[in-house]
Amino acid sequence: MDDLSHIWEALRDVKDPEIPTVSLVDLGVITSVSVDDENVVHVTMTPTFVGCPAMEYMRSEVVRRLERMEFSGVDVRMNFDIPWSSNRITDEGRAALATFGLAPPAEYEGVLELEVLNNVACPICGSHNTTLRSPFGPTLCRSIHYCNSCGETFEGFKPL
Amino acid sequence: MSNDAALKDLLFRMADDDLIIAHRNSEWTGLGPIMEEDIAFSSIAQDKLGHSLALYTLLETLGEAEPDTTAFTRDEAQFRCCHLVEYPIGGYDFSLMRHFLFDMADMLRFELLESSSYEPLAKLAAKVRGEIKYHVFHAATWVEQLGAKGSEESHARMQSSLNLVYPLALGIFEPSQFEAELAASGIFAGEAALQEKWIAAISPILERSNLRIPAVADPAQAYGGRRGYHTEHLQPMLTEMTEVFRIDPTASW
Repeated sequence: MDDLSHIWEALRDVKDPEIPTVSLVDLGVITSVSVDDENVVHVTMTPTFVGCPAMEYMRSEVVRRLERMEFSGVDVRMNFDIPWSSNRITDEGRAALATFGLAPPAEYEGVLELEVLNNVACPICGSHNTTLRSPFGPTLCRSIHYCNSCGETFEGFKPL
Repeated sequence: MSNDAALKDLLFRMADDDLIIAHRNSEWTGLGPIMEEDIAFSSIAQDKLGHSLALYTLLETLGEAEPDTTAFTRDEAQFRCCHLVEYPIGGYDFSLMRHFLFDMADMLRFELLESSSYEPLAKLAAKVRGEIKYHVFHAATWVEQLGAKGSEESHARMQSSLNLVYPLALGIFEPSQFEAELAASGIFAGEAALQEKWIAAISPILERSNLRIPAVADPAQAYGGRRGYHTEHLQPMLTEMTEVFRIDPTASW
Protein backbone atom coordinates (compact mmCIF):
# COMPACT_ATOMS: atom_id res chain seq x y z
CA MET A 1 0.00 0.00 0.00
CA ASP A 2 1.18 3.49 -0.80
CA ASP A 3 2.37 5.71 1.96
CA LEU A 4 -0.29 8.38 2.35
CA SER A 5 1.24 10.16 5.32
CA HIS A 6 2.31 13.15 3.23
CA ILE A 7 -1.33 13.74 2.30
CA TRP A 8 -2.50 13.54 5.90
CA GLU A 9 0.35 15.89 6.78
CA ALA A 10 -0.78 18.37 4.10
CA LEU A 11 -4.36 18.20 5.38
CA ARG A 12 -3.13 19.29 8.80
CA ASP A 13 -2.58 22.71 7.18
CA VAL A 14 -6.35 23.10 6.76
CA LYS A 15 -7.90 24.54 9.90
CA ASP A 16 -11.43 24.89 11.19
CA PRO A 17 -12.42 28.38 9.94
CA GLU A 18 -14.12 29.16 13.25
CA ILE A 19 -11.49 27.58 15.52
CA PRO A 20 -8.23 28.31 13.65
CA THR A 21 -6.03 26.44 16.16
CA VAL A 22 -7.58 23.08 15.20
CA SER A 23 -6.81 21.23 11.96
CA LEU A 24 -9.52 19.28 10.18
CA VAL A 25 -7.49 16.12 10.75
CA ASP A 26 -7.46 16.70 14.52
CA LEU A 27 -11.14 17.61 14.45
CA GLY A 28 -11.80 14.12 13.09
CA VAL A 29 -13.78 15.17 10.02
CA ILE A 30 -11.46 13.50 7.49
CA THR A 31 -12.53 9.85 7.33
CA SER A 32 -10.53 8.47 4.43
CA VAL A 33 -7.71 9.33 2.04
CA SER A 34 -6.67 7.34 -1.01
CA VAL A 35 -4.97 7.76 -4.39
CA ASP A 36 -6.18 5.73 -7.37
CA ASP A 37 -4.28 4.29 -10.35
CA GLU A 38 -4.77 7.48 -12.32
CA ASN A 39 -3.17 9.57 -9.57
CA VAL A 40 -6.48 11.11 -8.51
CA VAL A 41 -6.65 11.78 -4.77
CA HIS A 42 -9.95 10.88 -3.04
CA VAL A 43 -10.83 12.28 0.37
CA THR A 44 -13.99 11.60 2.35
CA MET A 45 -15.21 13.96 5.04
CA THR A 46 -17.99 13.62 7.63
CA PRO A 47 -19.81 16.73 8.91
CA THR A 48 -19.60 17.63 12.60
CA PHE A 49 -23.18 18.90 12.65
CA VAL A 50 -25.38 18.26 9.61
CA GLY A 51 -26.48 21.90 9.50
CA CYS A 52 -23.01 23.38 10.06
CA PRO A 53 -22.66 26.16 7.48
CA ALA A 54 -18.85 25.92 7.60
CA MET A 55 -18.69 22.38 6.20
CA GLU A 56 -18.85 23.38 2.53
CA TYR A 57 -16.12 25.95 3.17
CA MET A 58 -13.98 23.27 4.84
CA ARG A 59 -14.52 20.97 1.87
CA SER A 60 -13.42 23.65 -0.57
CA GLU A 61 -10.33 24.41 1.55
CA VAL A 62 -9.37 20.73 1.43
CA VAL A 63 -9.74 20.81 -2.36
CA ARG A 64 -7.57 23.94 -2.58
CA ARG A 65 -4.85 22.41 -0.42
CA LEU A 66 -4.75 19.18 -2.43
CA GLU A 67 -4.70 21.06 -5.73
CA ARG A 68 -1.31 22.46 -4.70
CA MET A 69 0.07 18.89 -4.73
CA GLU A 70 1.09 16.70 -7.65
CA PHE A 71 -2.19 14.95 -8.39
CA SER A 72 -3.97 14.64 -11.71
CA GLY A 73 -7.31 15.18 -10.00
CA VAL A 74 -8.88 15.97 -6.62
CA ASP A 75 -12.13 14.44 -5.42
CA VAL A 76 -13.44 15.45 -1.99
CA ARG A 77 -16.79 14.15 -0.82
CA MET A 78 -18.91 14.53 2.26
CA ASN A 79 -21.05 11.71 3.59
CA PHE A 80 -22.39 10.16 6.79
CA ASP A 81 -20.89 6.68 6.26
CA ILE A 82 -18.81 7.22 9.35
CA PRO A 83 -20.84 9.53 11.59
CA TRP A 84 -18.78 12.20 13.29
CA SER A 85 -18.54 12.03 17.06
CA SER A 86 -16.61 14.32 19.40
CA ASN A 87 -14.64 11.20 20.42
CA ARG A 88 -12.97 11.48 17.00
CA ILE A 89 -11.14 14.66 18.08
CA THR A 90 -7.47 13.78 18.66
CA ASP A 91 -5.52 14.61 21.83
CA GLU A 92 -3.74 17.28 19.84
CA GLY A 93 -7.11 18.64 18.75
CA ARG A 94 -8.36 18.71 22.34
CA ALA A 95 -5.27 20.65 23.40
CA ALA A 96 -5.78 23.07 20.51
CA LEU A 97 -9.40 23.66 21.54
CA ALA A 98 -8.23 24.55 25.04
CA THR A 99 -5.62 26.93 23.60
CA PHE A 100 -8.44 28.67 21.78
CA GLY A 101 -10.31 29.00 25.12
CA LEU A 102 -12.91 26.31 24.46
CA ALA A 103 -13.44 23.51 26.98
CA PRO A 104 -12.79 20.23 25.11
CA PRO A 105 -15.79 17.84 24.95
CA ALA A 106 -16.05 15.13 27.60
CA GLU A 107 -14.98 11.75 26.23
CA TYR A 108 -17.57 9.05 26.69
CA GLU A 109 -18.29 5.39 26.07
CA GLY A 110 -21.57 4.00 24.78
CA VAL A 111 -24.52 6.38 25.02
CA LEU A 112 -23.76 10.01 25.77
CA GLU A 113 -25.57 11.39 28.84
CA LEU A 114 -25.94 15.16 28.53
CA GLU A 115 -25.55 15.53 32.29
CA VAL A 116 -21.79 15.61 31.57
CA LEU A 117 -22.37 19.22 30.49
CA ASN A 118 -23.00 20.23 34.09
CA ASN A 119 -19.44 20.05 35.41
CA VAL A 120 -17.24 20.84 32.45
CA ALA A 121 -13.73 21.91 33.49
CA CYS A 122 -13.27 25.67 33.18
CA PRO A 123 -10.61 26.38 30.50
CA ILE A 124 -9.52 29.48 32.40
CA CYS A 125 -8.97 28.23 35.99
CA GLY A 126 -9.48 24.46 35.67
CA SER A 127 -12.28 24.24 38.25
CA HIS A 128 -15.02 21.65 37.81
CA ASN A 129 -17.39 23.76 39.87
CA THR A 130 -19.20 25.02 36.78
CA THR A 131 -22.80 25.32 35.60
CA LEU A 132 -24.26 24.82 32.14
CA ARG A 133 -25.86 28.08 31.04
CA SER A 134 -27.15 26.87 27.67
CA PRO A 135 -26.57 23.81 25.48
CA PHE A 136 -26.51 26.22 22.51
CA GLY A 137 -23.82 28.79 21.80
CA PRO A 138 -22.44 31.03 19.06
CA THR A 139 -21.97 28.07 16.70
CA LEU A 140 -23.81 24.73 16.53
CA CYS A 141 -20.89 22.88 18.13
CA ARG A 142 -20.57 25.09 21.23
CA SER A 143 -22.32 25.34 24.58
CA ILE A 144 -22.16 28.15 27.16
CA HIS A 145 -21.02 27.60 30.76
CA TYR A 146 -20.39 29.63 33.89
CA CYS A 147 -17.51 28.99 36.29
CA ASN A 148 -18.56 29.33 39.92
CA SER A 149 -14.91 29.48 41.01
CA CYS A 150 -13.42 32.22 38.84
CA GLY A 151 -16.69 33.88 37.85
CA GLU A 152 -16.01 33.72 34.10
CA THR A 153 -18.47 32.67 31.41
CA PHE A 154 -16.85 30.27 28.93
CA GLU A 155 -17.72 28.18 25.90
CA GLY A 156 -17.36 24.46 25.53
CA PHE A 157 -17.11 22.24 22.44
CA LYS A 158 -20.15 19.98 22.71
CA PRO A 159 -19.81 16.24 23.15
CA LEU A 160 -21.77 14.47 20.39
CA MET B 1 -37.87 -0.01 -6.63
CA SER B 2 -41.45 -0.83 -5.73
CA ASN B 3 -41.40 0.99 -2.39
CA ASP B 4 -40.42 4.30 -3.92
CA ALA B 5 -43.80 6.00 -3.44
CA ALA B 6 -43.99 4.92 0.19
CA LEU B 7 -40.42 5.95 0.91
CA LYS B 8 -40.80 9.33 -0.77
CA ASP B 9 -43.98 10.02 1.18
CA LEU B 10 -42.12 9.34 4.44
CA LEU B 11 -39.16 11.52 3.41
CA PHE B 12 -41.40 14.40 2.33
CA ARG B 13 -43.24 14.33 5.67
CA MET B 14 -39.98 14.50 7.57
CA ALA B 15 -38.21 17.02 5.35
CA ASP B 16 -41.21 19.36 5.22
CA ASP B 17 -41.73 19.19 9.00
CA ASP B 18 -38.07 20.09 9.51
CA LEU B 19 -38.07 22.92 6.96
CA ILE B 20 -41.22 24.56 8.32
CA ILE B 21 -40.32 24.22 12.01
CA ALA B 22 -36.84 25.54 11.14
CA HIS B 23 -38.38 28.64 9.62
CA ARG B 24 -40.73 29.11 12.59
CA ASN B 25 -37.91 28.66 15.11
CA SER B 26 -35.79 31.16 13.20
CA GLU B 27 -38.50 33.75 13.77
CA TRP B 28 -37.25 33.89 17.38
CA THR B 29 -33.89 35.24 16.22
CA GLY B 30 -33.56 38.64 17.83
CA LEU B 31 -36.75 38.21 19.85
CA GLY B 32 -35.98 35.55 22.48
CA PRO B 33 -37.07 36.34 26.05
CA ILE B 34 -33.42 36.06 27.16
CA MET B 35 -30.32 35.95 24.99
CA GLU B 36 -29.63 32.25 25.64
CA GLU B 37 -33.11 31.35 24.37
CA ASP B 38 -32.70 33.55 21.34
CA ILE B 39 -29.49 31.64 20.55
CA ALA B 40 -31.06 28.26 21.35
CA PHE B 41 -34.06 28.68 19.04
CA SER B 42 -31.79 30.07 16.30
CA SER B 43 -29.35 27.13 16.66
CA ILE B 44 -32.14 24.58 16.63
CA ALA B 45 -33.51 26.27 13.51
CA GLN B 46 -30.11 25.87 11.85
CA ASP B 47 -29.96 22.17 12.80
CA LYS B 48 -33.48 21.54 11.47
CA LEU B 49 -32.68 23.30 8.23
CA GLY B 50 -29.62 21.07 7.87
CA HIS B 51 -31.75 17.99 8.51
CA SER B 52 -34.32 19.06 5.94
CA LEU B 53 -31.54 19.63 3.39
CA ALA B 54 -30.15 16.13 4.04
CA LEU B 55 -33.65 14.64 3.58
CA TYR B 56 -34.36 16.63 0.39
CA THR B 57 -30.96 15.41 -0.87
CA LEU B 58 -32.11 11.81 -0.35
CA LEU B 59 -35.28 12.67 -2.29
CA GLU B 60 -33.11 14.01 -5.10
CA THR B 61 -31.37 10.63 -5.35
CA LEU B 62 -34.85 9.10 -5.73
CA GLY B 63 -35.63 11.27 -8.74
CA GLU B 64 -37.06 14.46 -7.19
CA ALA B 65 -35.77 17.94 -8.04
CA GLU B 66 -32.66 19.35 -6.39
CA PRO B 67 -33.23 20.51 -2.79
CA ASP B 68 -33.65 24.28 -3.35
CA THR B 69 -36.25 23.70 -6.05
CA THR B 70 -38.13 21.27 -3.83
CA ALA B 71 -37.98 23.58 -0.84
CA PHE B 72 -38.76 26.86 -2.54
CA THR B 73 -41.00 26.26 -5.53
CA ARG B 74 -43.82 24.04 -4.30
CA ASP B 75 -47.13 25.47 -3.23
CA GLU B 76 -48.98 24.61 -0.07
CA ALA B 77 -50.88 21.58 -1.44
CA GLN B 78 -47.60 19.87 -2.29
CA PHE B 79 -46.28 20.09 1.27
CA ARG B 80 -46.62 17.11 3.60
CA CYS B 81 -45.88 18.79 6.93
CA CYS B 82 -48.22 18.45 9.91
CA HIS B 83 -50.33 21.37 11.14
CA LEU B 84 -48.34 21.70 14.37
CA VAL B 85 -45.27 23.13 12.65
CA GLU B 86 -47.28 25.64 10.60
CA TYR B 87 -48.62 27.77 13.43
CA PRO B 88 -47.03 31.17 14.05
CA ILE B 89 -44.63 31.29 16.99
CA GLY B 90 -47.20 32.82 19.34
CA GLY B 91 -45.80 33.44 22.82
CA TYR B 92 -42.66 31.82 24.14
CA ASP B 93 -44.81 29.33 26.09
CA PHE B 94 -46.50 28.12 22.89
CA SER B 95 -43.20 27.82 21.00
CA LEU B 96 -41.49 26.04 23.88
CA MET B 97 -44.28 23.47 24.26
CA ARG B 98 -44.34 22.90 20.50
CA HIS B 99 -40.56 22.49 20.54
CA PHE B 100 -40.84 19.91 23.35
CA LEU B 101 -43.59 17.81 21.77
CA PHE B 102 -42.24 18.03 18.21
CA ASP B 103 -38.60 17.34 19.03
CA MET B 104 -39.37 14.33 21.19
CA ALA B 105 -41.25 12.84 18.22
CA ASP B 106 -38.46 13.86 15.85
CA MET B 107 -35.78 12.21 18.00
CA LEU B 108 -37.78 8.99 18.44
CA ARG B 109 -38.58 8.83 14.72
CA PHE B 110 -34.89 8.96 13.83
CA GLU B 111 -34.20 6.42 16.58
CA LEU B 112 -36.61 3.99 14.88
CA LEU B 113 -35.07 4.78 11.51
CA GLU B 114 -31.57 3.83 12.62
CA SER B 115 -32.57 0.26 11.79
CA SER B 116 -34.34 1.18 8.54
CA SER B 117 -33.77 -1.15 5.60
CA TYR B 118 -33.24 1.98 3.48
CA GLU B 119 -29.58 2.38 4.31
CA PRO B 120 -29.03 6.07 3.40
CA LEU B 121 -31.80 7.02 5.83
CA ALA B 122 -30.44 4.71 8.54
CA LYS B 123 -27.04 6.41 8.23
CA LEU B 124 -28.55 9.87 8.39
CA ALA B 125 -30.61 8.82 11.42
CA ALA B 126 -27.52 7.58 13.27
CA LYS B 127 -25.94 10.95 12.62
CA VAL B 128 -28.73 13.38 13.51
CA ARG B 129 -30.14 11.64 16.56
CA GLY B 130 -27.29 12.96 18.72
CA GLU B 131 -28.05 16.49 17.53
CA ILE B 132 -31.77 16.23 18.28
CA LYS B 133 -30.93 14.91 21.72
CA TYR B 134 -29.72 18.43 22.50
CA HIS B 135 -33.02 19.85 21.28
CA VAL B 136 -35.00 17.54 23.56
CA PHE B 137 -32.63 18.20 26.45
CA HIS B 138 -33.15 21.94 26.03
CA ALA B 139 -36.93 21.70 25.74
CA ALA B 140 -37.38 19.28 28.63
CA THR B 141 -35.19 21.37 30.94
CA TRP B 142 -37.33 24.45 30.37
CA VAL B 143 -40.68 22.64 30.50
CA GLU B 144 -39.73 21.22 33.88
CA GLN B 145 -38.27 24.49 35.08
CA LEU B 146 -41.35 26.52 34.19
CA GLY B 147 -43.85 23.77 35.03
CA ALA B 148 -42.62 22.59 38.42
CA LYS B 149 -39.97 25.02 39.62
CA GLY B 150 -41.31 28.36 38.43
CA SER B 151 -44.20 30.50 39.63
CA GLU B 152 -47.93 30.01 39.64
CA GLU B 153 -48.07 32.06 36.46
CA SER B 154 -45.39 30.06 34.66
CA HIS B 155 -47.16 26.80 35.57
CA ALA B 156 -50.52 28.11 34.37
CA ARG B 157 -49.02 29.28 31.09
CA MET B 158 -47.30 25.96 30.47
CA GLN B 159 -50.53 24.06 31.19
CA SER B 160 -52.60 26.24 28.86
CA SER B 161 -50.02 25.93 26.09
CA LEU B 162 -50.00 22.14 26.57
CA ASN B 163 -53.80 22.17 26.26
CA LEU B 164 -53.45 24.04 22.99
CA VAL B 165 -50.42 22.27 21.50
CA TYR B 166 -51.08 18.66 22.49
CA PRO B 167 -54.10 18.07 20.19
CA LEU B 168 -52.11 19.61 17.32
CA ALA B 169 -49.12 17.39 18.10
CA LEU B 170 -51.27 14.31 17.53
CA GLY B 171 -51.32 15.38 13.87
CA ILE B 172 -47.62 14.44 13.67
CA PHE B 173 -48.78 10.81 13.68
CA GLU B 174 -51.45 11.03 10.99
CA PRO B 175 -51.37 7.55 9.45
CA SER B 176 -50.14 7.31 5.90
CA GLN B 177 -51.65 5.21 3.14
CA PHE B 178 -48.32 3.38 3.04
CA GLU B 179 -48.13 2.19 6.68
CA ALA B 180 -48.35 -1.52 5.87
CA GLU B 181 -45.88 -1.25 3.01
CA LEU B 182 -43.32 0.71 5.04
CA ALA B 183 -43.50 -1.76 7.90
CA ALA B 184 -43.38 -4.85 5.69
CA SER B 185 -40.35 -3.60 3.80
CA GLY B 186 -38.55 -2.71 7.03
CA ILE B 187 -38.25 0.97 6.09
CA PHE B 188 -40.19 2.38 9.05
CA ALA B 189 -42.12 0.83 11.94
CA GLY B 190 -45.02 3.24 11.44
CA GLU B 191 -46.77 6.25 12.94
CA ALA B 192 -48.73 4.25 15.52
CA ALA B 193 -45.55 2.66 16.88
CA LEU B 194 -43.91 6.08 17.00
CA GLN B 195 -46.85 7.66 18.82
CA GLU B 196 -46.73 4.95 21.45
CA LYS B 197 -43.04 5.60 22.13
CA TRP B 198 -43.70 9.34 22.18
CA ILE B 199 -46.45 9.10 24.82
CA ALA B 200 -44.18 6.92 26.96
CA ALA B 201 -41.36 9.47 26.65
CA ILE B 202 -43.26 12.71 27.27
CA SER B 203 -45.48 11.41 30.09
CA PRO B 204 -42.87 11.17 32.89
CA ILE B 205 -41.40 14.57 32.00
CA LEU B 206 -44.82 16.24 31.99
CA GLU B 207 -45.65 14.50 35.26
CA ARG B 208 -42.46 15.81 36.88
CA SER B 209 -43.45 19.24 35.57
CA ASN B 210 -46.89 19.01 37.23
CA LEU B 211 -48.54 19.24 33.83
CA ARG B 212 -51.55 17.17 32.78
CA ILE B 213 -52.07 15.84 29.27
CA PRO B 214 -55.50 17.02 28.12
CA ALA B 215 -58.14 14.57 26.91
CA VAL B 216 -58.55 14.72 23.14
CA ALA B 217 -61.93 13.60 21.79
CA ASP B 218 -60.87 13.39 18.15
CA PRO B 219 -57.16 13.19 17.26
CA ALA B 220 -58.11 13.39 13.57
CA GLN B 221 -58.91 17.08 14.05
CA ALA B 222 -55.25 17.83 13.43
CA TYR B 223 -54.98 15.48 10.44
CA GLY B 224 -54.78 16.57 6.80
CA GLY B 225 -51.29 18.02 6.61
CA ARG B 226 -49.81 14.74 5.42
CA ARG B 227 -52.24 14.80 2.48
CA GLY B 228 -51.68 18.43 1.53
CA TYR B 229 -54.57 20.03 3.45
CA HIS B 230 -53.08 22.73 5.63
CA THR B 231 -53.99 25.46 8.08
CA GLU B 232 -54.41 29.05 6.95
CA HIS B 233 -50.93 29.74 8.32
CA LEU B 234 -48.80 27.74 5.87
CA GLN B 235 -49.20 29.59 2.57
CA PRO B 236 -48.44 33.09 3.98
CA MET B 237 -45.32 31.64 5.59
CA LEU B 238 -44.23 29.96 2.33
CA THR B 239 -44.81 33.21 0.46
CA GLU B 240 -42.57 35.04 2.90
CA MET B 241 -39.95 32.27 3.02
CA THR B 242 -39.59 32.14 -0.77
CA GLU B 243 -39.74 35.88 -1.39
CA VAL B 244 -36.02 36.35 -2.03
CA PHE B 245 -35.71 33.09 -3.99
CA ARG B 246 -38.51 34.14 -6.34
CA ILE B 247 -36.83 37.43 -7.25
CA ASP B 248 -34.24 35.42 -9.20
CA PRO B 249 -34.54 31.63 -8.96
CA THR B 250 -31.33 31.12 -10.94
CA ALA B 251 -29.16 33.35 -8.74
CA SER B 252 -26.22 31.67 -7.09
CA TRP B 253 -25.57 32.59 -3.43
